[in-house]
Amino acid sequence: MPVTSNDAPVRTLTSPTVQLLSTDGTFAPSESAAEFLPYFERLTEADYRKFYRDMVVVRKFDTEAANLQRQGQLALWVPSHGQEAAQVGSAYATRAQDHVFPSYREHVVGMIRGLDMVDILRMLRGVTLGGWTPEEHGNFHLYTLVLASQTLHATGYAMGMQLDGATATGNPDTDAAVIVYYGDGASSQGDANEALVFAASYQTPQVFFMQNNHWAISVPVSRQSRTPLYLRAGGFGMPGIQVDGNDVLASYAVTAKAMDDARAGHGPSLIEALTYRVGAHTTADDPTKYRDPDELAYWVARDPIERFRSYLKGLGVEQEFLDSVDEEAADHAADVRRRALEITSPDRSIIFDNVYAEPHPLVVEQKAWLDGYETSFDGSES
Amino acid sequence: MTTQETTSAADAPTRANLPMAKALNAGLRQAMLNDPKVLMMGEDIGPLGGVFRVTEGLHAEFGEKRVLDTPLAESGIIGTAIGLAMRGYRPVCEIQFDGFVFPGFDQITSQLARMRNRHEGGVTMPVVVRIPYGGHIGSIEHHQESPEAYFAHTPGLRVVSPSNPHDAYWMMQEAIASNDPVIFFEPKSRYWPKGQVDLTAAGTPLHASKVVRTGTSVTVVGHGAMVSVLLQAAELAAAEGISLEVIDLRSISPIDYAPILESVHKTGHLVVAQEAAGFVSVGSEIAATVTERAFYSLEAPVLRVSGFDTPFPPAAVETHFLPSPDRVLEAVDRSLAY
Repeated sequence: MPVTSNDAPVRTLTSPTVQLLSTDGTFAPSESAAEFLPYFERLTEADYRKFYRDMVVVRKFDTEAANLQRQGQLALWVPSHGQEAAQVGSAYATRAQDHVFPSYREHVVGMIRGLDMVDILRMLRGVTLGGWTPEEHGNFHLYTLVLASQTLHATGYAMGMQLDGATATGNPDTDAAVIVYYGDGASSQGDANEALVFAASYQTPQVFFMQNNHWAISVPVSRQSRTPLYLRAGGFGMPGIQVDGNDVLASYAVTAKAMDDARAGHGPSLIEALTYRVGAHTTADDPTKYRDPDELAYWVARDPIERFRSYLKGLGVEQEFLDSVDEEAADHAADVRRRALEITSPDRSIIFDNVYAEPHPLVVEQKAWLDGYETSFDGSES
Repeated sequence: MTTQETTSAADAPTRANLPMAKALNAGLRQAMLNDPKVLMMGEDIGPLGGVFRVTEGLHAEFGEKRVLDTPLAESGIIGTAIGLAMRGYRPVCEIQFDGFVFPGFDQITSQLARMRNRHEGGVTMPVVVRIPYGGHIGSIEHHQESPEAYFAHTPGLRVVSPSNPHDAYWMMQEAIASNDPVIFFEPKSRYWPKGQVDLTAAGTPLHASKVVRTGTSVTVVGHGAMVSVLLQAAELAAAEGISLEVIDLRSISPIDYAPILESVHKTGHLVVAQEAAGFVSVGSEIAATVTERAFYSLEAPVLRVSGFDTPFPPAAVETHFLPSPDRVLEAVDRSLAY
């Protein structure tokens, strides 16, 4: 691992990072990968093609969304460039009955769970505070913008699964678990730590999937932690695993085992996926002000899509397939762009209508007042 | 608690004489019997029954899956309650003392209060946060506070506070049945005095305010423990020929203004009393709204009697800080002299 910029030197701690693909895309499992190989062996070439396709599609989507922001069509964009393997691999380790609690950068996880990517843009275009109904979109819950808040919601949800008897019955086709995404920055939040305490205490069916993308806006991970983050899991009383998050196969295999363990009633675990935020934190950020170009180059050379493409080529996957994926990605991005521009503003009643389940006099009164006030201008200029 | 079995039999008692802590306990128990999705969560609420014993016996009766002794972390309690509510449960969270709610404040205001709105109505958050609040118990820092205005200021929350055992029994059940999050302020100095509880009917809706003593000279309004202070003030005033109309606010969000306005139309004078600091308080809000809606009925400005705009003081001087019947009457006199 490169030393990230900070005033004090970072101690180099060796860790048994789980890896299946070396950085050049050859299959070379690390010693620590042994227990995860059976999960890797579940995969077929058709799965590999899906993994590749989704990584390429979301990267193109990511670029298109950033363009929309630059053109004033989105208030903000949150790029996921560089983190595709961690997200695609972990997402494919979930099952239909599982619930997924994202942070706000897990676009492709949503896509894999059945979300229309335009729904993500609706929130960033300022027409909704949410954007979709989780139960109708693969149990992919809403983005949460206050860092680590969702780790507790996920833990509570997993507690509910336990109370319902929806997990640990021994039936892998119906037993459910929760996966919650957060990052190295959020790992410093109190809520992330309280969630780990509660999860360990109640032995929830849950995986904490922490993407360590090395930067919390402009602050390096060395400011968040002087120990590899996966080691914190042990202190909370659960297994911690560090995986090469730019290796889609390792990300899948490690998460598949952790989710299987969670569904089987073996309790929660924490996965630290080492990856890198190649782009900015958001389109409001300028990483050239705080990041060393050499560090960026180091990670660009470890690009997850390039690595997996090399692996597929080594397997003999035909160029036609790779080209067709590029085409599909371009079509998808163009389609998203077209439909994003068609997003219409909601009626002003959205201000009031869902604040309370049962009418609150103040809100009812204010809605009526605004209606009267605004309609008083109707026709006044004619 | 053999005096108030309500679940079966035609010979079930219709009334009970209970302290508020026991009435709350009975209300919680009834809610748990009524709906298997109702859960209790909090610190020390299991075998101990909570530091005020409000959950006493519930752990033994309903088991550890429905009465959860949680880790000692308020944000964790509220945050996991949100997840449980998403899963269809109705968690009732106990915050041990008023001043300990703030570690959970972010989850309450940024998440719990907004979850339904963010989901455009797609989820409900039937979560009750119980907070024993207020002074008069001679305790240490963070144990005697009145933070209700913070929550009343937050859209998406409902805020209530009973003043007597009957209301405590019924309002607790109604709060748990609500599909909105309810912050339930329990006046801890009123936990122990007994009162009659009608076990057959609530009588007053959750969010209604109520005239608890009729009068003609000055309207006085308060909630929680302040109601008994106002009633004492009314007794003292009566001896001097001043007739106070006392209104128990009961609900802080929403505020039921109808009885207050009706009373002010009659008396022309309003004094609002509260233990909380007066600046940007529930009393300020009532003063502003009554001024807007009943300006021509008022014969004097609306006056507030509050705790001072200081931290809650050491208990040795709390009687100087907390509004007393005499402090209320001082304001009543000023209003009448205006």
